[in-house]
Amino acid sequence: MEKIAFERPFIKKLSAGMPSKFGMKTEIKPVTHIDDVAVEELIQKYGSPLFVISEKTMRETYQEAYRAFSTRYPKVQFAWSYKTNYLDAVCRVFHQEGSWAEVVSGFEFDKALANGIPGNKILFNGPDKPEEYLKKAIEQKAYIHIDHFDELYTLKQLAATLKTRPRVAIRVNMDVGIYPKWDRFGFNYENGEAWDALNRIMISESFELEGLHAHIGTYMMTTEAYGIAAAKLADLATGLERKYGHVIKYIDMGGGFASKNTLKGAYLPGTDTAPSFDEYAEAITSALINSGIKPENLPMLILETGRALIDDAGYLLGTVIANKRLSSGYRSTIVDVGVNLLFTSFWYEHQISPARPTTQHTEETAVFGPLCMNIDVIRESMVFPLLKTGDRFVISRIGAYNMTQWMQFITLRPNVVMIDPESKVHLIREKESLETIRQQERIPGHLQAKKQ
Amino acid sequence: MSLRKNIAVSDSGFVFDPSSGESYSLNPIGTEIVKLLQQGRSNEDIIRDLTGKYDVDDATLERYYYDFIGMLKQFNLLENGE
Ligand SMILES: Cc1ncc(COP(=O)(O)O)c(C=O)c1O
Repeated sequence: MEKIAFERPFIKKLSAGMPSKFGMKTEIKPVTHIDDVAVEELIQKYGSPLFVISEKTMRETYQEAYRAFSTRYPKVQFAWSYKTNYLDAVCRVFHQEGSWAEVVSGFEFDKALANGIPGNKILFNGPDKPEEYLKKAIEQKAYIHIDHFDELYTLKQLAATLKTRPRVAIRVNMDVGIYPKWDRFGFNYENGEAWDALNRIMISESFELEGLHAHIGTYMMTTEAYGIAAAKLADLATGLERKYGHVIKYIDMGGGFASKNTLKGAYLPGTDTAPSFDEYAEAITSALINSGIKPENLPMLILETGRALIDDAGYLLGTVIANKRLSSGYRSTIVDVGVNLLFTSFWYEHQISPARPTTQHTEETAVFGPLCMNIDVIRESMVFPLLKTGDRFVISRIGAYNMTQWMQFITLRPNVVMIDPESKVHLIREKESLETIRQQERIPGHLQAKKQ
Repeated sequence: MSLRKNIAVSDSGFVFDPSSGESYSLNPIGTEIVKLLQQGRSNEDIIRDLTGKYDVDDATLERYYYDFIGMLKQFNLLENGE
């Protein structure tokens, strides 16, 4: 006789008149395939946990974002924010689509060059640009976004020694009506510091002033903030036109568009609340077009969008290690994915789906990672089907920041694969081994002798 | 091991405990187990039955069976002292 498929027995208390937080029944949909490749097959071949990137989703998302801006504004340029995900294969997909590179360290600068991006398509941001790299950036004709006056004067000296005029922009911070205000980076607009910096740059004649830059924050849920920021940068540009007859080449609005992830504690899911690319584009481009900048001088619009371009394309596959009851009787599920791999679980209520169809029977559970640490919590509480040891699951929308902020802690970083648009799977970062770690270590002589 | 006497269990897996006023829902295998408990069958006996019927190894079944019993206890649906 054929045996019946086993599901673990389960009882759930029914609480009358208590709909879920969103007033609807949570329906559990399995994610059995990613771009037509079976999740189970991927894990069989590449192990668990496993990062998976969909090249198709990356390209579609990029094209959707580009279309939103290019149908509203004459000159649009994206620059891929390396820190968001700097796996070379990922960067190269965006570069193929036409993105420049936005980097914030010497290491990222070198990575962009190695990915074939010429200096004149690299935007160099951040508060820490070592002199060696400022020099390199000047020689490579990169755009240096000045963060503070100390940097401005270092650059001025370097320009004199190298006898060239560095191509620069300044980063501007400002009040756009959101809290917390990001005023740590760049020069302030409201107190006149930004205008002061621009004057010093123009008067010194040591620089080519090419642009104005702002990055008002990350996961910005309001589009109005972008409208305000664009208007303020346009106002500085108009000032330069008027006072010096100087026309800047670009306005760079930075990154910060929200992805569709749900923030912790949010009342509604991110899929309902995140503005679309069209809405962001509308706010930014109308502010620029309606500004005092002469139409023939409209600068190129640069966007350094990070998370909104890559989050949806990334998945983290894993396996259930155990189910356990907490002393309160509350269920917990222990999985092989910890916060060392999924840094963004500190911000998001990540969507976790079973990799096979399950019945609609669910139970509230905490999801814990495998680290021996109390902070290793992937979800404090979620409604989840009855998975058992060895069952696979898929965490969605994890493409941004995890593959750069991951930690080698207790476990090693796993394989990363990319599925190309023809559904072929490519290993793009090999999993680490004991050897990877030991290669970096040195054992002092007096500790090398073998024990008797 | 047996279910408390006044607990009502429907074939579709709906459970009502008149002494607390609480109701519960069971998945199909949960319903099957609760019905067997109602008949006063022993844990060992029930486990043997289920292993023959479901596509599962002994250890896994035993593991989830006792987890389930733990939940029934937690909801106070079993006779005390057992
Ligand atoms: C200067 C700059 N540009 C772009 C980004 C990308 O931001 P996001 O991923 O929010 O789009 C960041 C992220 O912090 C940034 O600091």
